[in-house]
Amino acid sequence: MTSVTTAEVAEFLWYEADLLDTKGYDEWLGLWAEGGHYVIPVDKTGDDFANMLNIAYDDAEMRKMRVDRLQAGFSISAAPPAESVRTLSRFRITQADETGLTVTAAQHVIEDKFGRQRMFAMNVTWVLDTTDGFKIRDKVIRLLNSDGMLTSISYLF
Amino acid sequence: MSLDDMTPAMRPDALVQPDRVKTPMYEDPALFDEEMKKIFGKSWVWVGHESEVPDKGSFKLSWVGTQPVIVSRDRKLGLHVLVNRCRHRSATVCEVKKGKTSSFQCPYHGWGYGLDGSLRAIPYAEGYAADFDKSQHGLVRLRVETFEGMIFATFDQDAEPLVDFLGNAKPWIKLFMKQGAGFGVKVLGEHQFKVPMNWKIQLENTTDAYHFPIVHKSFLQSLDGEANESFSFMDDDDGWVEDLGNGHSVMVMMPEQIDLDVDDGQPLPERFNDLAETLRADYDEAQVRRIVRAVAGCGFNLNLFPNAACSLSFFRILRPVSVHETEIRHIAIGMDGGPVAANQMRMRLHEHFQGPMGFGSPDDAEVWERVQRGSAGDERIDVMVNRGLGLEETSENGLPKGDISAETGMRAAYAQWKKVMEQ
Repeated sequence: MTSVTTAEVAEFLWYEADLLDTKGYDEWLGLWAEGGHYVIPVDKTGDDFANMLNIAYDDAEMRKMRVDRLQAGFSISAAPPAESVRTLSRFRITQADETGLTVTAAQHVIEDKFGRQRMFAMNVTWVLDTTDGFKIRDKVIRLLNSDGMLTSISYLF
Repeated sequence: MSLDDMTPAMRPDALVQPDRVKTPMYEDPALFDEEMKKIFGKSWVWVGHESEVPDKGSFKLSWVGTQPVIVSRDRKLGLHVLVNRCRHRSATVCEVKKGKTSSFQCPYHGWGYGLDGSLRAIPYAEGYAADFDKSQHGLVRLRVETFEGMIFATFDQDAEPLVDFLGNAKPWIKLFMKQGAGFGVKVLGEHQFKVPMNWKIQLENTTDAYHFPIVHKSFLQSLDGEANESFSFMDDDDGWVEDLGNGHSVMVMMPEQIDLDVDDGQPLPERFNDLAETLRADYDEAQVRRIVRAVAGCGFNLNLFPNAACSLSFFRILRPVSVHETEIRHIAIGMDGGPVAANQMRMRLHEHFQGPMGFGSPDDAEVWERVQRGSAGDERIDVMVNRGLGLEETSENGLPKGDISAETGMRAAYAQWKKVMEQ
């Protein structure tokens, strides 16, 4: 894929967002390229994730384990999980070459459980492999209050 | 409220009984206000770790109960814990979570305070009469004492020395700090999350082994067989919980990991093979073993009344916000100046279980919220903490010692709660 439009990238990321809201986690795992990390840092200004404490720092093995945990039915917080609705907007491709691109977007997620709703706002950066359709190489989620007082989260951003 | 003003049902000895506590313990806002005065307004409260304020001018924001404080280090490296409230018209003088500074300045009228809280400068000072005494208007200072790097503060200038309050917990704290593997212990980062629950629901949980195989089944399933085995304490018969006095207690889950300086010579767990191999480039085998065993953490949870815990391999700090809301911090610790690979592994292990998206904490948060939601039902039903009663032995300290799943630690905390609330 040599040139990719923002609309094509948005369509892929909205597809991913829909999978996450509908808990289509097995299919979501299939969106990933080999390697890479799903990261939610505590310090949203840093990028040396391996040497920082993160909220999530998942390689392929941890992503698989996390999905297994959310789906197996033994995690009380995920059985049932909070329902979520997310909106993804403000797409901007910040870097692109023959094999991939970096895209950032704003995301809002509202969850519902126990009759109460909670809201999260975040900037998300994806590094996408574009050699054969789209695959996710890395996804970094910077919550607006990443170093503040959060609440437990039993689904994926 | 004095004891005389309390209705009989709301007196501490009615709320806390040997085998149970009463529902208002989780539900009554007036009782919460009393706790903030009598417990968090008087006891030694954990406010930070020395590695969080390492240098001259270092500071961090913290809390003593519902009160905002600043932990600071002055130019002579002295530690101070200051109420974050301008003495003029009460604005906070600092809203930066941590950093370095030479002073704190109120944003409202510019009153400036030193790192020790002393009032240094007042703009337009001529508006105050000659008898205005700056020395009487410094930031309010709490008493501060430290033990093994942990910083505690109290509003009670007459409180017993910290070391006396920690008492029988002291040797366990020293054992816990062996996770520094000779490098010293350093805070690596923290997870923070709040839960709609009373603070004592978290206080109870730190020495609750009974919930572990139930609530944390999905975490256990994510471990390899060997690691899973290390969490089999509910099925083993060598763990225990003991009352350490003053509300403190310890739950020993993995007796073979009490003292990290005692190398059992067993092969290192397979999950640490890569780490051990990396370390062998720089360290001899004894040191490799010491570091790897330290990375695996201690085998016990030490609960310190009222707000701190040294839990396996991290600090768990709770903060009461209101009768129905509690903030929790899971502070990751590692080796100060220790091998990068070892500290990375410490952080990965911490991320695996702890924090808002760990494989363990969200399930804890869920059941704690369920406890709070359930306690809205019929307040005549009591909260039972009688597991292990009648089966306990007496420890070397002359205090109750129960099996691993006994609710001995909860009874220890509630006994202290009662004692302090009766004062």
